[in-house]
Amino acid sequence: MPFFSDEYHNSSFFDYLAQHRPDLTPSGRGGYAATPSGAAPDEHRSAAVPPVAHGTTVLAIKYRGGVVIAGDRRATEGFQIADRRIEKVFKIDEHSAMAIAGAAGPCIEMARLFQTELEHYEKLEGVMLSCEGKANKLGQMVKANLPMVFQGLVVLPIYVGYDGKREEGRIFKYDITGGRYEESDYYAIGSGGKDARNAMREHFRKDLSEQDALNIALRALYTAADEDVGTGGPDFVRGIYPTAKMVAAAGIVDVEESRVRSLYAALLEGKEKEG
Amino acid sequence: MPMPYYVSPEQVMQDKAEYAKKGIAKGRSIIVMEYQDGVLLVADNPSASLYKISEVYDNIALSGAGKYSEFENLRKAGIRHADLKGFMYSREDVAARSLANAYSQTIGTVFSQELKPMEVEILVVQVGGNGHANEIYRISFDGSIFDERGYAVIGGKSEAVQVFLKERYKNASPLKEALSLCISALENVTSQKLLLEGLEIAVLARDRAGRKFRRVPAAEARQILG
Repeated sequence: MPFFSDEYHNSSFFDYLAQHRPDLTPSGRGGYAATPSGAAPDEHRSAAVPPVAHGTTVLAIKYRGGVVIAGDRRATEGFQIADRRIEKVFKIDEHSAMAIAGAAGPCIEMARLFQTELEHYEKLEGVMLSCEGKANKLGQMVKANLPMVFQGLVVLPIYVGYDGKREEGRIFKYDITGGRYEESDYYAIGSGGKDARNAMREHFRKDLSEQDALNIALRALYTAADEDVGTGGPDFVRGIYPTAKMVAAAGIVDVEESRVRSLYAALLEGKEKEG
Repeated sequence: MPMPYYVSPEQVMQDKAEYAKKGIAKGRSIIVMEYQDGVLLVADNPSASLYKISEVYDNIALSGAGKYSEFENLRKAGIRHADLKGFMYSREDVAARSLANAYSQTIGTVFSQELKPMEVEILVVQVGGNGHANEIYRISFDGSIFDERGYAVIGGKSEAVQVFLKERYKNASPLKEALSLCISALENVTSQKLLLEGLEIAVLARDRAGRKFRRVPAAEARQILG
């Protein structure tokens, strides 16, 4: 019975794909143990693993009652700009979002797969996964992508969710092996990640208001774009602005473009006055 | 070597059908009904956690009467089918018709080839958007598939419920009227007052963005009924 796919009793869509449709998994080979075409990656290749994901700044910062997650819009191909309006922050479900750094194609595919994964689980089980459960699942998916990392296709997410039990927003970062680490205040990844982190360190305090957190996030993205070629800043001429989402108890909300625009306009006006 | 005795195919099918019907007749009824802003699903189900109605995809829901374990397997297979299709192509390419066909094939094959037929009857429902009509498919225990209009009933006393609804059903009535009609139909055949807590109610609401399936808890149902 093709429809029944034998005795399959797992609520994970990702595992289902890995077993039954490995051609549709990000690595194209399914499971965790997959190695690139037959053999283990040779030394030459492993040496070529890029140390950081390129061409991006995405960040998350906590405030009282939630998390802001934001990212720039630029995609690069070497020294060329490949896309000016790419979207790097994805709504995953009603209470979580992820932002990604790395190779654009696999990144977007992982976000889509993760969305399906969580919805699939919710429908099969009748309940949603816990915030921690979702973060762990994403870790497994990043781990499954490891063979692709040796071919230079890095996918590194930052994941934020609102934990209904703890009644707070949470931020998780990952490494290429699927290691999952929780951040208590804020974090940023990508080529401009360090600059953004430094900028946020200056202004962060506990229990920020939503407005202040958004301000700090956008300011940090601006700083990152200032220092890093791979990160795009606000573009008033073309009307392209970084995107941000607010994840809170009531659900996930997009920050409107007009709001981002006016915040940047105010920021730049302030900078002009400073000289 | 003893000769295997001959049983006519007609007899085999009839026996199987009888067996399946008996299994389904033991259960309670489930009604699916179109209303003004979507489709309403009401099941007589005293359990608060063993669902007979399930979300499948953005605008598709499923309900099943009969043996729970068999329905549960079909439900999971259906959700996998829908999620896989939506992931491979696009969310808008997931349609109730293809899902209903897959169910029909599966249940039909089991009915004709396996010793024990499935004791289930299911309804696949899709709420239409952008001027498209709603779709209701009823798949019977032998895999036969029916395209229903307005309302459909499965489960134990489905025929009696259908007779009751036939005289009273009105096109495009508001949610309140549709819900109270469903409840009185179920009450009529069980000839007892049903508590809202003993009903499983859900809607596919057309005006919702994204996933249109929503369960209606007893307290909210009470409010709707006024």
